[in-house]
Amino acid sequence: MNSAVTILVVDDEPAIRRLLHASLARAAYRVVEAGSGRETLAAVQIDKPELVLLDLGLRDRDGLELIPIIKAAGAAVIVVSARDATDEKVAALDLGADDFVAKPFDSEEVLARIRAALRHRLASATGAPVLRHGDVEIDLAARRVSRGGEDVRLTPKEYGFVAELAKSPGRVVTHAHLLRTVWGAGHEHDVEYLRVAARAIRRKLEQDPSQPTLLRNEPGVGYRLQVEA
Amino acid sequence: MNDARPDPDALLRAATREAKGRLKVFLGAAPGVGKTYEMLSDGAARRDAGVDVVVGVVETHGRRETEAKVDGFEIMPRKPIAYQGHTLAEMDIDAILARRPQLVLVDELAHTNAPGSRHDKRYQDVEELLAAGIDVYSTLNIQHLESLNDLVASFTKVRVRETLPDRVIENAEIEIVDIPPDELIERLREGKVYVPDEASRALGHFFSKSNLSALRELALRRAAQAVDAQMLDYVRANAVGGTFAVNDRLVVAISEQAGATELVRAAKRLADALRAPWTAVHVETPRDAAFTPAESARLAEAMRLASQLGAQIETVPAESALAGLRQFAGEARATQLIVGKSRRSRWFELRHGSIVDRLVRDAPGLAVHVLPLTEAGTARTVRLPRLGEGWGSWHGYAVSLGLGAAITVLGRMIFAQGSITNIGLLFLLPVMLAATRYGLRTGIVTSLACSLAYNFFFIPPLNTFTIQDPQNIITVLVLLGVAIVGSQLAARVRAQALLAQASAAQNRSLAGFARRLTGIGSTDELAQVLCGEIGQRLHGNTVLLMPETAGLAVRASAPPGGRLAMLDDAAARWAFDNNKPAGQGSDTLTASEWLFYPIGTTGRVLAVFGLSRPDAGAPVRADQLPFLLSLLDQAGLALERIALAEEMADLAHVRERDRLRHALLSSVSHDLRTPLTTILGSLAEIRAMSPEQEDQLAETRAEAERLHRFVANLLDMVRIEAGALHRKIEPVDLAEAVASALHDLGTALHGHPVNVAIAADLPFVLVDPQLFHHCLINLIENAAKYGDPGTGITLRAHGDRQGLTLFVEDEGPGIPEGQAQRIFETFARIEGSDRKGGTGLGLAIVKGFAEAMGLGVSASDRADGRGASFAIRFPPGQLKELPPE
Repeated sequence: MNSAVTILVVDDEPAIRRLLHASLARAAYRVVEAGSGRETLAAVQIDKPELVLLDLGLRDRDGLELIPIIKAAGAAVIVVSARDATDEKVAALDLGADDFVAKPFDSEEVLARIRAALRHRLASATGAPVLRHGDVEIDLAARRVSRGGEDVRLTPKEYGFVAELAKSPGRVVTHAHLLRTVWGAGHEHDVEYLRVAARAIRRKLEQDPSQPTLLRNEPGVGYRLQVEA
Repeated sequence: MNDARPDPDALLRAATREAKGRLKVFLGAAPGVGKTYEMLSDGAARRDAGVDVVVGVVETHGRRETEAKVDGFEIMPRKPIAYQGHTLAEMDIDAILARRPQLVLVDELAHTNAPGSRHDKRYQDVEELLAAGIDVYSTLNIQHLESLNDLVASFTKVRVRETLPDRVIENAEIEIVDIPPDELIERLREGKVYVPDEASRALGHFFSKSNLSALRELALRRAAQAVDAQMLDYVRANAVGGTFAVNDRLVVAISEQAGATELVRAAKRLADALRAPWTAVHVETPRDAAFTPAESARLAEAMRLASQLGAQIETVPAESALAGLRQFAGEARATQLIVGKSRRSRWFELRHGSIVDRLVRDAPGLAVHVLPLTEAGTARTVRLPRLGEGWGSWHGYAVSLGLGAAITVLGRMIFAQGSITNIGLLFLLPVMLAATRYGLRTGIVTSLACSLAYNFFFIPPLNTFTIQDPQNIITVLVLLGVAIVGSQLAARVRAQALLAQASAAQNRSLAGFARRLTGIGSTDELAQVLCGEIGQRLHGNTVLLMPETAGLAVRASAPPGGRLAMLDDAAARWAFDNNKPAGQGSDTLTASEWLFYPIGTTGRVLAVFGLSRPDAGAPVRADQLPFLLSLLDQAGLALERIALAEEMADLAHVRERDRLRHALLSSVSHDLRTPLTTILGSLAEIRAMSPEQEDQLAETRAEAERLHRFVANLLDMVRIEAGALHRKIEPVDLAEAVASALHDLGTALHGHPVNVAIAADLPFVLVDPQLFHHCLINLIENAAKYGDPGTGITLRAHGDRQGLTLFVEDEGPGIPEGQAQRIFETFARIEGSDRKGGTGLGLAIVKGFAEAMGLGVSASDRADGRGASFAIRFPPGQLKELPPE
């Protein structure tokens, strides 16, 4: 199924490119490499990748500038950055990046994120599937959340929260995006609404709310819904 | 409204007293009451109590009991000072400062030092000792007190020259040494009282019983006053009582007349009694220009005395004393005004009206105290400085007489036609011209010449000086009168103009000076300008000294290249160290040719400014002093401004350095993480060929991960120390934050089971999520590192009224004795813990991040003694209650 999928690896360090190339090739992706912003733009046009692994620290351009261009070309973007800055992650996600991975990364983790990002593309193409995590099922088409076969009663906001995350399972969704879509424009900074809702959702859906496995928090960035592939 | 607020001034006075040495004064009514003996007895008691006591100077005057008392003390050798062929032995203040005893005994506080000593007066030596933190015991007779000087002289008829400013004993503890007058007279008769030869002739009168009684009363009253003042200070500092409104402001008007100093002393007494701030003001009128040297000296002396007694001194220019006083009293919001009433003739008062009467009439709400100026013969009438004082210029005579001659010729021509009265009027022209333009004498000469010419050429009998008609005598008198009145009027106008000009010039000078200073950007340039401008304005040599690494050094001078002799240098240094003027015209090191003023603001001395005359005369006239002080005030502001600007420039450098450091940090971060990513990634790809390799691979992976954590910690630490933490505070759910941290830690927990006990209804904490995440990771990792293998880690939160506390507890060796603070230091690791594989940075990062967010961290042993417990405290301000559902 992966045979046709092309991934562009952008990093100015050849060693990193080689490393990613090897693990991606082993997962049967077609891999192309770019070492600069210029090469990236060319590769996006010529190779038409489905997904770009983008390092933000390029020598000739600010990686953030490339995100909208790549998105406009129809590819998913996963940001790979050595810089440990929350602001940068949020900025990248707001510009349309699908996810981010921090360096140093675990190859397995990178592959999992790639799968999540690609699945999102497939999902949006095929309509909403039913998502599963343990005994929890989220059926977006039926607007239904159940646990152990029984319906779980969520408030409209809680459901909106879960549904928004479920639209792109496994991917981080920023606080501002969640607040804007679920609570409405003007509430982008009311992070405590999210905290309250997250607490309630965990109480209703998690096995152990103190060690959540379904609704995961990215400190200072956003939330993600961890579902089975 | 709460009136029981401590008075800051009183608190300040109390605080200064704490830091400085304490002065105790043994106060007596007269010589011979046993002050020195009493002081030595008290000193001996302190010495026996273990206090380090030395005798600075004690005069035993050959009294045996006193000599016996001195014997037990360490006596500081005196310093010989050569003076006019004699050698005088004065107290050696430097030796005492070097010896640094706790208490020094100094006899005769009012003593005047030999010329060439550091200070003129012994009390100044004592003040320096006190400032150095050394306690001083001293003795004083009541008649030496400055403010009582006149009073004592008035009934004893003996005026003592050695006087002591009242402020010296204002904060001192005072012990009265008192014996009844009869006993003192008895002691005197027995020869037990030392009396200097030169004073003995006056003594018969001085030691009368009535005098001694009066002196005794004065001493007792003064001591009571001191106790009173100290009590009041205490009450104010501690706000014990009700209201102590000090609303009085006292102004004393100083003139050049004799008796001005008495006026000053009287003002001091009244100011003390009212506990009011006071100002001595001199109104500079046109008359000032005509002062004799003696009058100028008297004025300067009165102003100096006022300043010494603690008054603020001001000179205000005005057209008349009345106008000046009225304006100044209004501006200073004075409530009490003291003026002296000179013994002017009735005639004078009739003409001019009494200043006092008009003051009282014009200034309602002002209590006017009028004191008679005692010394007779001072009633110099107000005489305006007349224009062309002296005989005037040849030019004036030539012009005036020439005009007179021309009028005569013209008159002769008209005379041929008729009336002579009109011709007489014509002669007014040259007289008016001479009087108004060239002064009185030219006017009189011209009027005489004109009347003669008129008489000779126009009054019958013609061509003689004989006057037949008395009417013509009137014409001559009128011409003379016009000359006198005209010259007076013109002189007055001219004098006022000159005064206004002088005042305007001074203001212009100040404004110009200020403008000149604002444009200056460097200290060196400022120093040059200060010396040049002030030297030019006050017509003297100037020098500016500023502290450099090697001490105080000349920064600029006018004329350039100026250097200071050793004595002058010492005076400059003293002025700098003590923030007081020194040198000629001040109280200290008066032998110097220079007068030095400290420059600075807000109590910080930035530089010392020196002034001298090429002829080595007094550097500053008393009337120039306020002007000089205004100039120096501005100089101080400018210096401070430049100092601040230089600090700002330094700050800009620091910022630039920080920016570079930040860039370096990003680059290092990238350069270190990239190879680590490769290594870790490659390690993950490698498959082991044998169990041994599997172990090695696991080991290598663990080490690489440790290196990664170390790099991350190191970068965090650098960020903390560079102050480069970027904070974004938002509400965070503690349970959620802990869960994220545990998830990210993963295998680094080394299999320690984690027990989380955080209630679901706790308020959110206001922190930076990312920094807090790092805090938690480091704390939990630390617990995993030090907890014994297989033991649990507990995370629990506890809320109370003082906020919320998160505890991270392990089961390990606990915190070593006395290390609870040290373990949060950079690279601090608990001894013998190297094998634990810590980086020594984890806890320092926890502390740095936590403090950056306003949180407190602490470490202790667990209450149950099973291990260590680390706490993060969230104060109530860092909590956000849950919004209602």
